Amino acid sequence: MPAPIRLRELIRTIRTARTQAEEREMIQKECAAIRSSFREEDNTYRCRNVAKLLYMHMLGYPAHFGQLECLKLIASQKFTDKRIGYLGAMLLLDERQDVHLLMTNCIKNDLNHSTQYVQGLALCTLGCMGSSEMCRDLAGEVEKLLKTSNSYLRKKAALCAVHVIRKVPELMEMFLPATKNLLSEKNHGVLHTSVVLLTEMCERSPDMLLHFRKLVPQLVRILKNLIMSGYSPEHDVSGISDPFLQVRILRLLRILGRSDDDSSEAMNDILAQVATNTETSKNVGNAILYETVLTIMDIKSESGLRVLAINILGRFLLNNDKNIRYVALTSLLKTVQTDHNAVQRHRSTIVDCLKDLDVSIKRRAMELSFALVNGNNIRGMMKELLYFLDSCDPEFKADCASGVFLAAEKYAPSKRWHIDTIMRVLTTAGSYVRDDSVPNLIQLITNSVEMHAYTVQRLYKALLDDISQQPLVQVSSWCIGEYGDLLVSGQCEEEEPIQVTEDEVLDVLEGLLVSNLSAPVTRGYSLTAIMKLSTRFSSVNRIKKVVSIYGSSIDVELQQRAVEYNALFKKYDHMRPALLERMPIMEKTASNGPTEIVQTNGETEASMPDTKHLPLVTQPANQANDLLDLLGGNDVVPVIQTTLPTKPASAGGELLDLLGDLSLSGDPAPAPSVPISQPPFLLDGLSSQPLFNDTSAAIPPMTAYSKNGLKIELTFERTNPNPNIAVITIHATNTTEADMTEFVFQAAVPKTFQLQLLSPSSNIVPALNQGSVTQVIRVLNPQKQQLRMRVKLTYTHKGSPVQDLAEVNNFPPQSWQ
Amino acid sequence: MRFMLLFSRQGKLRLQKWYTATAERDKKKMVRELMQVVLARKPKMSSFLEWRDLKIVYKRYASLYFCCAVEEQDNELITLEVIHRFVELLDKYFGSVCELDIIFNFEKAYFILDEFLIGGEIQDTSKKSVLKAIEQADLLQEEDESPRSVLEEMGLA
Repeated sequence: MPAPIRLRELIRTIRTARTQAEEREMIQKECAAIRSSFREEDNTYRCRNVAKLLYMHMLGYPAHFGQLECLKLIASQKFTDKRIGYLGAMLLLDERQDVHLLMTNCIKNDLNHSTQYVQGLALCTLGCMGSSEMCRDLAGEVEKLLKTSNSYLRKKAALCAVHVIRKVPELMEMFLPATKNLLSEKNHGVLHTSVVLLTEMCERSPDMLLHFRKLVPQLVRILKNLIMSGYSPEHDVSGISDPFLQVRILRLLRILGRSDDDSSEAMNDILAQVATNTETSKNVGNAILYETVLTIMDIKSESGLRVLAINILGRFLLNNDKNIRYVALTSLLKTVQTDHNAVQRHRSTIVDCLKDLDVSIKRRAMELSFALVNGNNIRGMMKELLYFLDSCDPEFKADCASGVFLAAEKYAPSKRWHIDTIMRVLTTAGSYVRDDSVPNLIQLITNSVEMHAYTVQRLYKALLDDISQQPLVQVSSWCIGEYGDLLVSGQCEEEEPIQVTEDEVLDVLEGLLVSNLSAPVTRGYSLTAIMKLSTRFSSVNRIKKVVSIYGSSIDVELQQRAVEYNALFKKYDHMRPALLERMPIMEKTASNGPTEIVQTNGETEASMPDTKHLPLVTQPANQANDLLDLLGGNDVVPVIQTTLPTKPASAGGELLDLLGDLSLSGDPAPAPSVPISQPPFLLDGLSSQPLFNDTSAAIPPMTAYSKNGLKIELTFERTNPNPNIAVITIHATNTTEADMTEFVFQAAVPKTFQLQLLSPSSNIVPALNQGSVTQVIRVLNPQKQQLRMRVKLTYTHKGSPVQDLAEVNNFPPQSWQ
Repeated sequence: MRFMLLFSRQGKLRLQKWYTATAERDKKKMVRELMQVVLARKPKMSSFLEWRDLKIVYKRYASLYFCCAVEEQDNELITLEVIHRFVELLDKYFGSVCELDIIFNFEKAYFILDEFLIGGEIQDTSKKSVLKAIEQADLLQEEDESPRSVLEEMGLA
């Protein structure tokens, strides 16, 4: 058999192939030759064949039949064979297949080889693709090499150890002794890899972290030497001495300094030094600065240093290099919550980044801009953001529109501004707004009573221009149906009233019904709007005609509506006015949970509108947050208490604004004109709820909590109309001789539930069972899951505050099934 | 670092180094997708992008794209320097490296990479040191080969 062709020759040949088919043919031919060569157990050319196989593998062809050959190469004595063998192993072998374990013995032998380059090959392979089993078997050898004085091997062993620890974390301990004097090495390779190893250990184990904290002074010294030392050709990159090592040390310092005051203080000086002395003309200097900023922001640094860090980021934003701008925006996004004021100073630069060409930069700038919007800058910011909405790519429009709505809701300086802003979004990005924005907007419009005429007029004008954007059309038709009378009477105060006749309005609405651009949902809105106008307009006959036509529409939804409206005209005409009268102001329902960005925009102190009136309300908001933290944040929904009984009912709206950041669960905020219906305050421990029909006889009460003299009993009711709602009343009693004052009961339930806490009867649980505090909880359980609840109790007893958490699990099945 | 890829403007893979255990099928899919994403980028865009849940750092040198996937906590700017260092090493070794060098000597490119990084982390920050080690290993390889094939190699037998 002739000698197999050389690697380079094969590559050359394959590259001459003009088509994929030709290439495939060549490859298949060569593979066949290689296969038979393997079968002949030819030692001389095995290496060459495997190398060729690796090339073909890179082109995408299967090469698994070479796996065992790699193992044979590794076992060979020739260095060339080992080199290719190990490369083949790293490329072809998969830890999922048992075949890889055959390597273990070879690697073990090679780790103890007399030639350091062979040892190096073994360490590299193990460190790149060693499976957990291999790592377990060979960790001892690696640990030995970690202690060698040969720096070539020591640096590789360190990185190999990192891999071992990643694969088998329990083995971390065994490397601890070897780390003793890793940092006293002069060799930069060993230093660098040692820092990586230490970082890995500290990240994985709090004990290791504590143990290695004492290294901070040494690390600081090494870093200082790097900065202060003169030019070192071996490690110099654009005038900076070993930037890679500097960055790794900074990262390790970050981990060591995090949440530790002493360590953080020990590194303050060096961080300031690096931050101010590093040359920023090239990427390499900026890379170090970036790492420094990340470290400053993460440890317990003093405020001056933090401001320095944010200013560095601000300077980054002005850098020509888009990569630098990108990392600056990313970092600012992370720090905007904690260092809000400092970031605000760079607001205009951030807003400029909205015009950047790079998509990722634009996105970050947008997110950051929304995070920076507050009551003071809302007008200016909104102008920029609306301009951005106009011109941005479609992928941004939905998020931007949502963000604008959210910001407008929170910080609108006036109702008119709010409506104008919404109009602007609907007309420019109308097809990208989320579906739920339509009902939200309608609700907002109904609430702005004095703006009805203005709103309907503007919406009508918008419809005249463009009927293609469905959310806009839907909101407009709804409004015209609702406020059409205001439209034709020309009552608008805010702007010049337009002259429009009833027929013109009906023309527009009928136009929507027939237009190809209208979605079925839109047609439904339009038909209903036309119907509503029958009580507001005088041209009833025309409306009757339209409605009767659609009684035979192919669209079932439209047909049903039309038929019902027809019936309304014919048989129930006396009910028509009542049915179609003006809608009452809608209650605000829960805001969109998961998509909502929880933002405080640095105003947690300033945004309390009336702190004098609501001293107790600030507490529940924070406590609810704490409850959420305690419960791990993600799997329960916090419940915000409604106002305590002493608060005036009209403050309900403000309460909602305050807590608008947190996701409310079905807590209705009454508008000033609508009275809140509360259950009567029951101070005598009786459990019946006059609101509901069902008696509580069926479900047994239970004791949820009994500790330190405080006992909480629960009684249950199931409402008739909605089988998914359970009503629970808590009765808190106190057997001690002192009253429990400032008693606050909070509860949280799993995500599939919704909870509503009504006002408690009082916040004093009288001593010696002289009375009780009752509070009603309504639980919505649409998925009929088992009810679980975590409760937090706070009260003052004999002068000292008491706080307790409890989990309530043993709810009777009838309460949630 | 999770992995590093080198590929040409035409979407031909020239080198792939994976530092995490991934199934062959998944590797192929990821490479295909990522190449598409990176090749679609315009010159004015930044070198960083998010793809799936990874941070991607890429840089183009002549006709080759060097593309790394790094972890959330990794410093993107220094990753650019890592890529640059690797290119410098290749350049020193091959003498003004071009794509053809990497095509015809892909195994050497791997050897250099493996002397520079292990498990995605830098072994030695000194260019000189890395190049010296490769040189020595190459010598070892030459000593291995029997004199006969060395002469053949030189076309003298």
